[in-house]
Amino acid sequence: MSTETLASGLETALPTTLFRFATAGSVDDGKSTLVGRLLHDSKAILADTLDAVARTSADRGFGGEKGGIDLALLTDGLRAEREQGITIDVAYRYFATDRRSFILADCPGHVQYTKNTVTGASTADAVVVLIDARKGVLEQTRRHLSVLQLLRVAHVIVAVNKIDLVDFSEQVFRDIEADVQKVARELGLGSDGVADLLVVPVSALDGDNVVDRSERTPWYTGPALLEVLETLPAADELEAELESFRFPVQLVIRPQGALAPDAVAAGLDVEAYRDYRAYAGQITEGSVKLGDEVSVISPGHEPRTTTVIGIDFAGQSLEEAAAPQSVAIRLADEIDIARGDTIAAAGTVRESTADLYASLAWLSPKPLREGQKVLVKHGTRTVQALVRNVTGKLDLATFNVEPASNLELNDIGHAQLRLSAPLPLENYLHHRRTGAFLVIDPIDGNTLAAGLVKDHPGDHEDERYVI
Amino acid sequence: MSTYTTEESTVEVAAAVDAPSAERLSSLDTLESEAIHIIREVVAEFEKPALLFSGGKDSVVMLHLATKAFWPGKVPFPVLHVDTGHNFPEVIDFRDRTVERLGLKLVVGSVQEFIDRGELAERADGTRNPLQTVPLLDAIQRNKFDAVFGGGRRDEDKARAKERILSLRDEFGQWDPRNQRPELWNLYNGRHTVGQHVRAFPISNWTELDIWRYIERENIELPSLYYAHEREVFARDGMWRAVGEVSQPLPNEDVITKLVRYRTVGDMSCTGAVESDARTVADVVVEVAASTLTERGATRADDRISEAAMEDRKKDGYF
Repeated sequence: MSTETLASGLETALPTTLFRFATAGSVDDGKSTLVGRLLHDSKAILADTLDAVARTSADRGFGGEKGGIDLALLTDGLRAEREQGITIDVAYRYFATDRRSFILADCPGHVQYTKNTVTGASTADAVVVLIDARKGVLEQTRRHLSVLQLLRVAHVIVAVNKIDLVDFSEQVFRDIEADVQKVARELGLGSDGVADLLVVPVSALDGDNVVDRSERTPWYTGPALLEVLETLPAADELEAELESFRFPVQLVIRPQGALAPDAVAAGLDVEAYRDYRAYAGQITEGSVKLGDEVSVISPGHEPRTTTVIGIDFAGQSLEEAAAPQSVAIRLADEIDIARGDTIAAAGTVRESTADLYASLAWLSPKPLREGQKVLVKHGTRTVQALVRNVTGKLDLATFNVEPASNLELNDIGHAQLRLSAPLPLENYLHHRRTGAFLVIDPIDGNTLAAGLVKDHPGDHEDERYVI
Repeated sequence: MSTYTTEESTVEVAAAVDAPSAERLSSLDTLESEAIHIIREVVAEFEKPALLFSGGKDSVVMLHLATKAFWPGKVPFPVLHVDTGHNFPEVIDFRDRTVERLGLKLVVGSVQEFIDRGELAERADGTRNPLQTVPLLDAIQRNKFDAVFGGGRRDEDKARAKERILSLRDEFGQWDPRNQRPELWNLYNGRHTVGQHVRAFPISNWTELDIWRYIERENIELPSLYYAHEREVFARDGMWRAVGEVSQPLPNEDVITKLVRYRTVGDMSCTGAVESDARTVADVVVEVAASTLTERGATRADDRISEAAMEDRKKDGYF
C-alpha cells in the first residue's frame, strides 16, 4: 500500500471488509499476468520482490530491446514446480485497497482444472474466468463455468483478456460476450437469482480495465475489474441476511471452575461462572439475537426447542450475532448438546435424513465405486456412509448427464449414499454451508470428493433418484 | 450489533446496538472469526494439540486468539518453544511471563542440548534457525502431539502461499507440496494415521498489516524489541545486526548506536533490525502500511540463502 492510499484510508477511518475471489484459466490466457497486474497496480508488491522479478525478467530477455517487467513472474511457483514443470494447485495471495482486503485463490488451469477450480471456488465470493480474446470461448471455458454454476459461486466475472491483441475491437468483444451468455443460459448460470455474470474486456499486459477504466475501449462503459471486486456483495454478507439461522456446535465450553487465570485476574466473577456452559461455533448463515427460539438438532432426538439467553464472545455479551461470527451460545434449558449437533432457528430445519442425494466433484486418483464405504463430514459431524449407486456423470463440455457406475479424478457426478446416522442435510442451492460436505477415505484419511447436497429425499418418491 | 465503546454520545451507541445487523464485519473481525473457528476445530478433533510459541508477534496473536476461543475457560493445550539458544533475552522473559499469566504448560525443545549431545552441528554461518527442525520433531514425538498450531501466514513466502491451513506431515515431519488435500469450504479434514501429525495455521489468511492492526485493536502486549529503541548495531548483509553474545562484529564492521526496532523476532544470529522511530503500536501500523520491503526480505538472513529457502526447510519438517 502506498503512503497516499494509507493517508486517505486514515482520513475516512472506515474499516475495510474482506472479499475472497478466485481466478480460473490457463497460463495461455494470461492469468498469471492478470494476477501480477492486480497485485502490482494495487501496490501489493513490495520493492524487494519487484527487484527480484525485474532481475529475472532482464535475465530472460523479457520485452526484447524495450525491456520491462514480466508480471507473470510475481506468481512464479515453487522450485519443485519449476523443476518438474508442474503446477501445484491453489496459491493464495493478498492485497488491499482503501475499501477492501482481498484474498485471491490463484487456481492453475490446465492440470486438474476441476480439482483446483472446485477448491478455489468453494470459499470464493467471486471467480474471475479468463478468456483469450483471440481464441474466444473454449471447451475449457465451458468446463469452468459449469463447475462455477454447480458450486453456486455468487458472482462470475469473465475477463476477456489480450484485448490489445485484437486491436481493442468492439466486435470481437461483443461476439465473445454473446457466446459467454449463450453458455451461461445453457447452464442456467445467472438465471436463477443465485449468481450474476459480468463480462469485462481487459489487457492484463498493459493494465487496460484492470484497476482503471481504459480509454482504449471507449465502447465499454462498464466498470474496471478491480472496481467490480470492490463493490460486489461478499457471500457472507448475503448469508448473514438469510432468515435461516444455522450454528453447527463445535464444542462445549464448560470450565467447571478451571477458569482462565487472566480473566480471573481481570476481575471475572468466579461464582457467577461456576456452572457456565456455552456452545461454541461459527454461525454459518443468518443471525441470532437474545430471546430467539431455536431448535437443537441431534441424531436420535426429535428437534428440541429452547431460547437463546446468551451470546458470548471472549467476555463480551452480544445482543445479536450473524454469519460468519464465531461465538458461544447459552440456552435457557439444560439440554444434552455435543459437538456435531446443530442449533437452528426454530422450526426451519427439515427432518434429518440418512439418505443423501448428492453431486460429487471427485478429487482423488482413487476412483469411486458403488458399494464403497466412505466417511462423510458435514458441518461438525463425521459419519460413515455407503455409496449405494452412482447415478450419472456430467459431461462438462455438453452439460449432458451420462450413465456411469464410477467416478474418476476430476469427474463430477451424481450419487446416492446411505449414512450411518441421520444428518440435517439441506439443499446446497440455498445453503452453501449446510449443503456442503466432504467425502473422506476411511483408510488413509484423504479427502476424496467435494459433496453438494442436491435435494431432500422427501422431495422424491422414487427409491432411485433420477437426475 | 455488538457493544462498542466510542467517544460518541451514548444515544448513538444504543442505536447501533438496536439496529438490524446490516453492517458487515470488518476484515479483521472476519479473519478473527475464521481463526477461532479453526482453533476450535483442531481442539475438538485432535487428541493432543500444542501451540508453537516463540514470543514473536504472530505466535502472540495466535495465543490471544486461543484465549478468546475458549473464554472463560483456560487455553486447553500447552505451548511449545523451540529455543535456539540464541534468543533475545527480553523475548525469553516475555515468553515466561505470558505462560505464567495464562497458567499454561510450557514445553521447550532446545537446539543447544542437541548440539551439546552431538546430534546437531553448528553451521558455518552461525545461523541456528534451520537447526530448529530436529528439536521440534523430537518434542512433537516425545510429547505425542498430534496437532501443532503455528503462526505461519501465506503472505510471508511463496511456499507458505501454497500450504494448507491444516497441513499433514509424515513421520519425518515433511511437507509434500504435491500431495496436499484439497481444502474445501470451511470443512477441515484433520484425519491422520499413527505417526503422522498435522500443522495447523489458523492465521494463514492474515497479512503483516492485519497482525499489527489487530495488536493495536486488541491492545496486545509484545516483547519490547518490536518497538523503536536505542541499540548497538553493526551492518552486515544489508541489515542492522544487534551486538550480543552470539552476534559479534568482525574487525571491519563498525558498531554504532541506532534507533531501531525488529519486524520479526527469531534467532539473534540471523535476525536483523530496521531503522525506525516507531515507538508505539500506532506508529508501527503506519510504518508497516507504508513499508516498501517484505518482512522476511528486510530482516531474515536465513531466507536470503536462496529463493527456495523456506520451501526447502518446510519439506524437511520446519514450521
